[in-house]
This record gives sequence, structure tokens and C-alpha cells, in this order.
Amino acid sequence: MAEIKRIKRGLDIPLKGAPSSSMAIDNQTSTFAICPDDFPGPVWKAVVKPGDKVAAGDSLFKDKATGLIRLTSPVAGTVAEIRRGERRHIQFISISKESESEASLQIPSSPQQVKEAMLASGLWAMMRQRPFDIVPDPESNPRDIFVTAFDSAPLAGDLLDDSLCPYLEKGLKALASLTKGKVYLGVRPGSGISSSAAEVVEFEGPHPAGNVGTQIAAIKPVNKGETVWTLDSATAARLGILCEKGIIDFHTVVALTGPCVSDPHLVRTLVGASVSTLLSGNLNRQDDIRIISGNVLTGQRIDKEGFLHFPYRQITVIEEGAHADEFMGWASLNPAKYSVKRSFPAFLRGLSKPFDFDARIKGGHRAMILSGEYDKVFPFDIYPEYLIKAIMAGDIDKMEKLGIYEVAPEDFALPEFVDTSKIELQKIVREGLDNLRKELS
Amino acid sequence: MKGLKKKIDSVKPQFEKGGKFEKLHSVFDGFYTFLFTPNETSRSGVHIHDANDSKRTMITVVIALLPCCLFGMWNVGLQHAIAVGDTDHNLFSLFLYGFWAVLPQILTAYIVGLGIEFIVAQIRGHEIQEGFLVSGILIPMICPVSTPCWMLAVAVAFAVIFAKEVFGGTGYNFLNVALVTRAFLFFAYPSQMSGDHVFVSLGNETAVDGFSGATPLGQLASASGQAEVLGTLGAPLDFWHIFMGLYPGSWGETSTLCILIGLAILLATGIASWRIILSGVVGGLLMSVIANHFATPLYPATYLSPLYQLCLGGFAFAIVFMATDPVTACRTNTGKYIYGFLIGAVAILIRCYNTGYPEGAMLAVLLMNCFAPLIDWCVVNANINRRMKRAVVKNQ
Repeated sequence: MAEIKRIKRGLDIPLKGAPSSSMAIDNQTSTFAICPDDFPGPVWKAVVKPGDKVAAGDSLFKDKATGLIRLTSPVAGTVAEIRRGERRHIQFISISKESESEASLQIPSSPQQVKEAMLASGLWAMMRQRPFDIVPDPESNPRDIFVTAFDSAPLAGDLLDDSLCPYLEKGLKALASLTKGKVYLGVRPGSGISSSAAEVVEFEGPHPAGNVGTQIAAIKPVNKGETVWTLDSATAARLGILCEKGIIDFHTVVALTGPCVSDPHLVRTLVGASVSTLLSGNLNRQDDIRIISGNVLTGQRIDKEGFLHFPYRQITVIEEGAHADEFMGWASLNPAKYSVKRSFPAFLRGLSKPFDFDARIKGGHRAMILSGEYDKVFPFDIYPEYLIKAIMAGDIDKMEKLGIYEVAPEDFALPEFVDTSKIELQKIVREGLDNLRKELS
Repeated sequence: MKGLKKKIDSVKPQFEKGGKFEKLHSVFDGFYTFLFTPNETSRSGVHIHDANDSKRTMITVVIALLPCCLFGMWNVGLQHAIAVGDTDHNLFSLFLYGFWAVLPQILTAYIVGLGIEFIVAQIRGHEIQEGFLVSGILIPMICPVSTPCWMLAVAVAFAVIFAKEVFGGTGYNFLNVALVTRAFLFFAYPSQMSGDHVFVSLGNETAVDGFSGATPLGQLASASGQAEVLGTLGAPLDFWHIFMGLYPGSWGETSTLCILIGLAILLATGIASWRIILSGVVGGLLMSVIANHFATPLYPATYLSPLYQLCLGGFAFAIVFMATDPVTACRTNTGKYIYGFLIGAVAILIRCYNTGYPEGAMLAVLLMNCFAPLIDWCVVNANINRRMKRAVVKNQ
């Protein structure tokens, strides 16, 4: 019987636009892109040039330090563009698909071969390590590996579909060979997922119950000097396919969600797909919208010509609201305005009914005024206000003591949402982690 | 509203850098964001935000203060009528008298306080912050009705500059601004802040025979031995009058009933911390019970029953509206219990055993404001030690 953990501090934001059915529709698109910024930690170097022919599974990037970690092409085709931004920083490499070939590798048989196969296939880059929330160092020895089997973020779809599910166990077994510790699998109660390779822990409660950081904190927090690896069950199942059949599976099921999507549903496509075909004809407004690859809490803003970003499983479209011109919004008695505070009448109509949100921050930036706001949605044994202040002050000693090694920016998404002072917490945590890593290296 | 917005947008460039009224930018911006919620959308991190902002929070507190404020105005009129023997009055005329009596104080507090905030915001290039919306109404409410406006202006200026702006403005101050104003008045102009004549507004009229304008706690402080608290005309005050607030005092803080209404608003909206209020009341009760048990003629206030202690003077007001100021209170939940408890206990301690100060609530809150960071430090350090211990155990 799996152990059940109850997450009490959290919040399920009732955003409109949940996917209507669990059936995924196949989507055909011809352009795909891989964005190196989705994979923080290593400095990425392009290994292809525009016009090069690539097969599915061929490397597009390698990391500068070791050259071992690869980001790979999901399809066979031609390198269409290497888009560079400021200071020639690569934003993405796009590929025009030519054929639907499958990428194959040798079936790994030893732990060392599993590691090499993961590095070469691009699956390695889909893992993260704590501390620092970066792509794991291939040389590191993880204390444990944590796998989350569900996404509790607003409007998120299931992580595992029927094509991936059977391979999860195999993937977990392969992961278990990479650590002296345990592999933990966080699931929802009643999910029916069991495993002999991993220790299954059930998580009840609101978001962020599905965040792997929450699960680590509830199971076995990260201490100074320790490293753990984290990944989602889709990546683990892809590893299972790699170990079973020797092919790299780039399929993904994407939930098209949000109040501005006319028919929210699931689509089956490949990682890095261009969103224009995914969304074409499915938006209920064309202007003043914000397309987010991912969920509304941690996703990335992309334009209509953009691409699906890691973790390649959700697109949310909301109103931008840049021209809302709300008159005396602070005095509003509009029950359609969502707030966890009962100073707005929204709670009278029920806070679990779907609400419409736009991207406005709905207030001005202030210093931290109210106390205890973050704690209510932050299920860690950490004082978030104090940690944030330590990061802002650049006090490394304090950051360590207050538990920065245990957190990732996504853990601060809900505090950022409820924050009355509209402080950009995730950005602060990301910068704090990056600075700390620089100082310690 | 579109028309208004267009009109304001058309004059906006004049208030921006290089414009004719560049120096009024922060003032313009303050009013602009007051009228129209900024259209700013999120640039990093989460894409959606909770509708609550600092303006909404502050306004909620002001609304919670309104029952006390309106009742206080009426009570000023009532105490005046009793003092001068005016029997020809009604609810409205009493309220109107009080309204005109306290309006200059309210205006002075807002004009001086917000004026300084506007100037500082302009110098720093910040947005106007809303903290003083609450302080500005709190300050006159905790002062005697006859406080001269110039004194109030000096005190407000002192408090806003030296208790708040030098530390960085709203969110950075460690002392409650309203109480610093009150403490400044109390220590700089003691004769105007205590005694028999400052808490009842007489206007230009003379008081009737037998009139005494001393507050109940003031009477006790100057009494010798066990004494009864009396009303303005010498009749004993019963609990009902005390609970309703029908006695002289700093005009906004006498009515426990109105404070309870405000408390209900603050707790229902979740703005104030129930932890601080609960532990504050427990602390106050406990100290009152102890004081009452060891009552001695040396300290007449010790004879007050615990319920009277909670309802008289500024205790209830301080616990509900001052101790819960989130910026100057403890920020950790454990710390809040300790902080509230000590405020309650120290307030009654000062009230009972320091006859120099009839009321201890102000000093208790200010004292604990100073200790709040220390309490938090201890609570956070316990968390740090737990983490260190965990690391050591695991690494062995």
C-alpha cells in the first residue's frame, strides 16, 4: 500500500477553458524547433548549420563543458533557421520536417549505457537536478531520483497516455540503476500506477501537489551537499521505450487550454511543434491575446509563430488585457474578479467555479507589506518571505540556511500569484539560484 | 469612462519627464492609478495575478475603521452636549457637531502626511504608496479631540519622515506610524494630551457645574485607593456605557462595539491576523486577572475587572487596528502569537502599574514593534537549526 501524503497549503486556480475530452486528436505540422533556454544550466553550442540534413534523434546542440549532453531533433528534415537574439545568443533552431522516420539507438544494457543513451538521445536534458534547478551534471551522483506522475497546474492534462503508460516501469527500472538511493514516484491516489522499481507515494491536495519540489519536501528534503534528480513520468516512460525498443519517442500529448481557446482539447504531436497549426482556427479572439507554452503559472509567453517549449505538454491562451482601462479597479465589487482574499465578492459565487483571467498584474509593485500570504500556498518547511529577502540582498549564507537548495522557481509560482505587492518571485529565485551556482563553482 | 480616460491620457505627457509639470509626476501618477487600475501585464513568472492589490487592502482597513470613526464623531457631539448641559439635540446635530470638531484634524493629518509622501515619491521616482491612507485616519482617531492642528501637523511630519520615509517608505518601517505620531504628541506636549480638559470639546461654551472631562483611566491614574469610574457628570459608568463607548477619550477608540464591527470586517476579509488579535486578548485578560487578583490601593487600576480592562481606553483599538499592522508586526505565524500576547500583557501591565501613564496600549505596541524582528529571528532560526540538524544527521 502506497504511502499517502496530504498537501494542505496550495491552491487550485479555477481558470476557464479545461480540455473537453481525454481523446487526443492527431495534429500534422511541418516545422519544429528546439529552444536551448528551456534547458537551464549548460551553455549550449549549436552543432548544425542552416541547410544541414538531420535525422530524427540527431544532435542539434551539445553542452559546451562536457560535450556529452545533447539536445536532439524530433524529426528528420532540414535545419531551417538558427534564430539568434542579443549578443548572438541562440533562441531556437527550427527544422522543416521531411519524413516521419524513427530515431533509433542501441538498446542499453548496463547503467553506463543507459546514461550514455539518455545523454545522446536528449532525454537527459529533460531531467533537472536540485539544487539549482538545472540539467543534471552527468558526473553527479544523485541521492535519490524523484519522478512525478501528475501535473496539478491549472488546466494541465495527464502526463501519461496509453502509448506511454506501459513503458513507465521499464523506465523507472533504468533510473533506479543510476542511483544508489531510491526512485520515488509521486502519484494521485487512485491512479492505479504501481511499480516495483520505484517507491510509490500518493499525493492528495491542491496544486502544487504535482510539482516534484513539493513531493521532495514531503518525502525527503534536499540538504546542503546533496543532489537529487527530478523528472516527470512522461520522460521516464520515454526512457522505458528507449530501453525496450531502442527508439527515441518524441510524441507528446498537448492540452490546448484557456479562456481564449474556442474548443479546448488534446492534440497528439511531436515535441517542439509549431503552435500556429496547433491553434489555427481554434481561437475565439485574435487580438490582445497571450499565448503561453505551458500553464499560466510557469509557462513561457510565445507569439503566434512560436513553438512548443519544454515540457511540451500544454498551451494556454488568455486575454492580454493591455487595454482594459478598468475604472477604480481597487473598489470593484465585480464577482467575476478572482481573489483568494474575501475583500472581493468573488467568494460569494464560489471560488471553484471557472474564472476568466487576463494577464494584467492588477495593481502596482510594492514592497512586501502583508505577511503570511506566501505561506498559505507554499507547502515547504521554509519561510518564503525570508528566503526571498535573503536572495534580494544577495546574502549567500542566509540563502543556504533558509533552504534555497530545496527550491526551484516553479515552487514560488503560487506565492507570486497571490502576492498583493506583485513581486516577481520566480524571477528573483531564478537569479538567486544562478548567482549562487556561479559563486560556488 | 473612456472619455475621461482619453482626457487624462491627453494631459499625461505634460507630467512625464521633460513635461511642463514634471515635478508633479508622482502626484499625477497617484491619482491616475487611483482612477484607473494600471494596464500593466505580467512580464515574467506567472501570467495571471490575484485581483487583490495594496490599494484594496488599505481601503478595506479604512472601511473597517469607519464604524469607529462615525461613532466617535457622534460621541464627541454627545460629550459636548452633556458637558455644556445642552438638552436640545438629536442624533444628527450631535454627529454634525463632532464631525466639524474632528474634520480639521483629519484634514491636517492627510494633507501633511500625504504631502510628504508625494514629495518623497517624487524625489525617489517611486509610485505613491497607500500606507498613509490608513495612518491618516488612524492618527486623529487616537488623539484627544482638542488637539491643536499645528501640533498634529508637527507630529505627523515627524512620524512620516523619521518613522517611515527614512527607512524606505511603506513596507520598510519598523514602528507603527500612527502610534509614533501619538507618542510624539504625548511626550512633546504632555499638558495637551492628558488631563480633564482635552478629551471633551466644549467649543466656546462653558461647562455645567459638576462637569469633569477626565477619561475613566485618567480618573484611576490620579485616584488613591479603589475608585469607581465615573461619567462626565459624576454618575458611575456602567458596563453598557463603557462597551458602547459613551465616555470621554481619544475620540475614535472608545466604542468596543464599533471596534468589534471593524474586527469582523478585518477577519472576514482576512486582512488582519487573527493570531495576533486572539493572543493579544488572551495576554490582556491574563494580565488583568493577575493584576486584579493582587489588587492593591497603591495601584487603583488593578481593581478593574478584566472585562473593564479590555473595553476601557485604547486597548481594544490597539489590539485590532495597531498590533495587526502587517509591516510592523511579526511576520511568522509562531511569532504572531508571541507578539500579540506580549502586547496584550504589557499594555495592561503599564496601565496598572505605571500611574504616570493612564493608558499603556500605545507604548506596549511600540515596544513590541521593536521586539518583533527579534521574535521573528528566533522563530526563523529555529527553522534554520532544524534544517542544519537534518543535514548533519543525513550526512553521517
